[in-house]
Amino acid sequence: MHRGRLSTIGAGAGAWLAAIAIAFPLLWALLTSFKTELEAAAYPPSFVNFSWTLDNYRAALGGGEYFAALWNSLLIAGGSSALALLVAVPAAWAMAFAPTRRTRGLLLWMLSTKMLPPVGVLIPIYLFYRDWNLLDTVSGVAILLAAGNLPIAVWMLFSNFKEVPAEILEAARMDGALLLQELGLVLAPMALPGLASTFFLIFTLAWNESFWTLNLTSTDAAPLTAFIAAFSSPQGLFWAQLSAVSMLSVAPVLAIGWLCQRQLVRGLTFGAVK
Amino acid sequence: MRGRGRLLVSPAVALLLVSSILPLVATIWFSLIDYRLLVPGTGRFVGLANYVHLLTDPSFGPTLVNTLLLIGMVLVVSIVGGLGMALLLERVVLGRGVLRLLVISPFFVMPPVSALLWKNLLMQPVAGFFAWVSSLFGLRAFDWFARAPLASIGLIVSWQWLPFACLILLTSLQSFDREQREAAQLDGASAFVIFRQLVIPHLARPIAIVVMMETIFLLSLFAEIFVTTGGGRGSSNLAFLVYSQAMVRYDVGAASAAGIVAVVFANVLAFFLVRAVGRSLDA
Amino acid sequence: MRSVWMLLPALMLAGCSPHRTGQTILTVATVNNGDMVRLKELGKEFERTHPGIHLKWLVLEENVLRQRVTTDIAIRGGQYDVVTIGAYEIPVWAKQKWLASLDDLPPSYRKDDLLPPIRAAVTYQGVQFAAPLNGEGTVTMYRTDLFSKAGLTMPATPTWEFLTQAAAKLNDPSHGVYGLCLRGKAGWGENMATIMTMANSYGARFFDEKWRPQFDTPEWRRTIATYVTALRQSGPPGAVANGFNENLAMFAQGKCAIWFDSTVALPFLSDPKTSKVAASTGFAPAPDEGLGRAANWLWTWGLAIPASSKKAAAAKIFIEWAAGPGYAKLVASRDGWLAVPPGTRKSLYDNPDYRRAAPFAAITLRAISAANPNDPAVKHVPYVGVQYVAIPEFQGIGTEVGQQFAAAVAGQVSAEDALAEAQAATKRQMAAAGYYK
Repeated sequence: MHRGRLSTIGAGAGAWLAAIAIAFPLLWALLTSFKTELEAAAYPPSFVNFSWTLDNYRAALGGGEYFAALWNSLLIAGGSSALALLVAVPAAWAMAFAPTRRTRGLLLWMLSTKMLPPVGVLIPIYLFYRDWNLLDTVSGVAILLAAGNLPIAVWMLFSNFKEVPAEILEAARMDGALLLQELGLVLAPMALPGLASTFFLIFTLAWNESFWTLNLTSTDAAPLTAFIAAFSSPQGLFWAQLSAVSMLSVAPVLAIGWLCQRQLVRGLTFGAVK
Repeated sequence: MRGRGRLLVSPAVALLLVSSILPLVATIWFSLIDYRLLVPGTGRFVGLANYVHLLTDPSFGPTLVNTLLLIGMVLVVSIVGGLGMALLLERVVLGRGVLRLLVISPFFVMPPVSALLWKNLLMQPVAGFFAWVSSLFGLRAFDWFARAPLASIGLIVSWQWLPFACLILLTSLQSFDREQREAAQLDGASAFVIFRQLVIPHLARPIAIVVMMETIFLLSLFAEIFVTTGGGRGSSNLAFLVYSQAMVRYDVGAASAAGIVAVVFANVLAFFLVRAVGRSLDA
Repeated sequence: MRSVWMLLPALMLAGCSPHRTGQTILTVATVNNGDMVRLKELGKEFERTHPGIHLKWLVLEENVLRQRVTTDIAIRGGQYDVVTIGAYEIPVWAKQKWLASLDDLPPSYRKDDLLPPIRAAVTYQGVQFAAPLNGEGTVTMYRTDLFSKAGLTMPATPTWEFLTQAAAKLNDPSHGVYGLCLRGKAGWGENMATIMTMANSYGARFFDEKWRPQFDTPEWRRTIATYVTALRQSGPPGAVANGFNENLAMFAQGKCAIWFDSTVALPFLSDPKTSKVAASTGFAPAPDEGLGRAANWLWTWGLAIPASSKKAAAAKIFIEWAAGPGYAKLVASRDGWLAVPPGTRKSLYDNPDYRRAAPFAAITLRAISAANPNDPAVKHVPYVGVQYVAIPEFQGIGTEVGQQFAAAVAGQVSAEDALAEAQAATKRQMAAAGYYK
């Protein structure tokens, strides 16, 4: 028993050390965001003994663009993820519970649509968006991001649904439930963690997507990725500012992740849901 | 049943068809013409000239190799590291929520920003954090991007994807049947044997999923390369090649040709990948 | 939870900004350097005095901005009414007929007040296409304290030999001081700007009259030999990752003894809030080998109007306000004379208040006046541009060549091989672009 407890404590300490090592770059950026620019570039680096300042956050938040960008980010990431889920749930259901010979091929084809580097299709898409007045609109970007994340959503939901025992669904069907009832009343509660974690994953991917959001927006629909690009590499020292702005961009997603932790972790289970 | 299934799948298929086939066709068309944005009077049909120019470029071969090396590096480091982290996390009971948040935090940072932070705050040989740490041991700072550009980029990208791998493997580990493991322990099997014979096969599916997902994203990786080395010798990959044709030379024809080559390459890679891990993907 | 998700698409569609009736809305795309950020803040002042015009701003980092704006203008996306472009873009885009002429700006704009090299940089075939906002040249910055400690005196006009020898003497890695900091990061606007400027001073040129690259000439060999040796011997580790910003940070931290780069660094280095060595920073003119051209360069950021814009009239009103002589007074009254964008107008440098507030005014003026984009090299050249070549292919060629030279500094390849590869790669690109068969 002693050996068991010691190894648990050892594992615990190891886990904490490793976790801090992994999060270290972010923690370092957090620390840097409270320094002056001159201090941020100093060597040897300072850890606690410097004049802490909120100037960087003040500069980032003053002017109100942060909030407009935050709102756009929420709309784009939330909207595209919702759209992707709306389309992915039926598709994943069909693939998990009504598979055909083509199902595997279809899944792989969906993944293959992500193989063309976005930068290669910029001009055709830009031309198309120009002609349809979709440039610099939230909906324009959201549709494209939804299509981009759709294969991921389908894959994850497919894997999640496969863990749901088909017998329960069949039992519901035999009891006379319609498809909609089957989806909404039986499947959804069991797969809710899976839905939540899929939503969170594609939400995060859309939140940080920096190619389409930068190229298809200019002023009205500019999300946080564009806001950060305004603080990146100007002439002069900018590390403290960039760190502050990055923290402001990471914070919302981190907050959502913290609040929905239990749901999300349950949803990533590809093993048994007893 | 089958008809209903097809109906349910159709919205997804339709959306993907429109968003991928149309641009693909347009890209193929552009790859066959000479279309340079900055030069007046271009737009003629030139057949396969763009492809020839691309494939005969002496840097093309190394670019392909770099693409594979980078993907391989990131897969290995993120999965092995993620598995290690997951094994540690599994045993922890206290403060698990905070630990999980710490571990997943790299995934939340915008990729170009992570690359900038790593390059300038950590890896910079004159004033970076790693330079300070090596000075504590009396060593000279390692010049990351001059001596090992591809590995440095690989390190940064592995750091970004490790949380993803770790979380998926962790939840799979946590769902591993306690009874089976305890039964094996009672039978006298060592931890190592249990790990190899029982745990690894159980993890085959999540590992396969992580491999497929990461590969898809890593094929289009270019922002980190752009921000750190600007695609110099030994650190350019196929996606960056497409980017430099499109956004530096503004040669849409060449960029489209490179994009099509990238698609072909990705499909070949996926074929082999599916052969290797495909069986684990089905239940 | 689900209902929230359903709301989002509706909110998205409603996310269009309300259209202000009667107002002209100008979308301005600009770089994120200090002058432009200030311009954006002072834009509220412009809106106050011109209530019929509302400004929307897009501020981005230089490379991203260039890609964004080029893509939009090239396929007539119509997203921008006023764009900020640099000296490189102006001739290339004007040739493409992408820009509207600014010759009809009102007399209050005072075109004749522009410094001649700056005016030349924004003019193409006699027509002005951009209104310059700021200008820059090159300067040699050095640590007066380190120089006097080593018994060195900076000559009135240094040569490269002097600088490299002084750098070797002052190089002291064990104390964290490196002799010479130069741009080493690969890029047509990064290390190639420095290298081409050095090459000009050694009598070299990028292309001859027939557009053949000249990397196989003795002048280029001398240039690269000096550049690579100096950086390898007396440069900081990781020099190939250092562009302007990184070198600025290092000099401000006291890690560079000598730094050759743009005059825009001077305000940062003279301010104790942004430089630890503000009190001991000296500056000297760019090196001159006496061959006919000194190592000067010329760059300017200017406001331009896309040719397809339907709001050209309102845009010109804004441009006249932002780039006219009155803007300097506005900035000075708000933030002091040091904050005024430097390098565009004679009137600024004639102003005694400015000269008093900015100790580097004289050397900046001298640096800019010494450069001529229309005649940058000792020998005759077919191109325009001092530290760049104003042809569309140069972004790609310059970056590729820059990567070769960065590899040479990193020790991955010898200087001779780098030159040979640069020659071959450039020839290949130029042939493919149709300059010759």
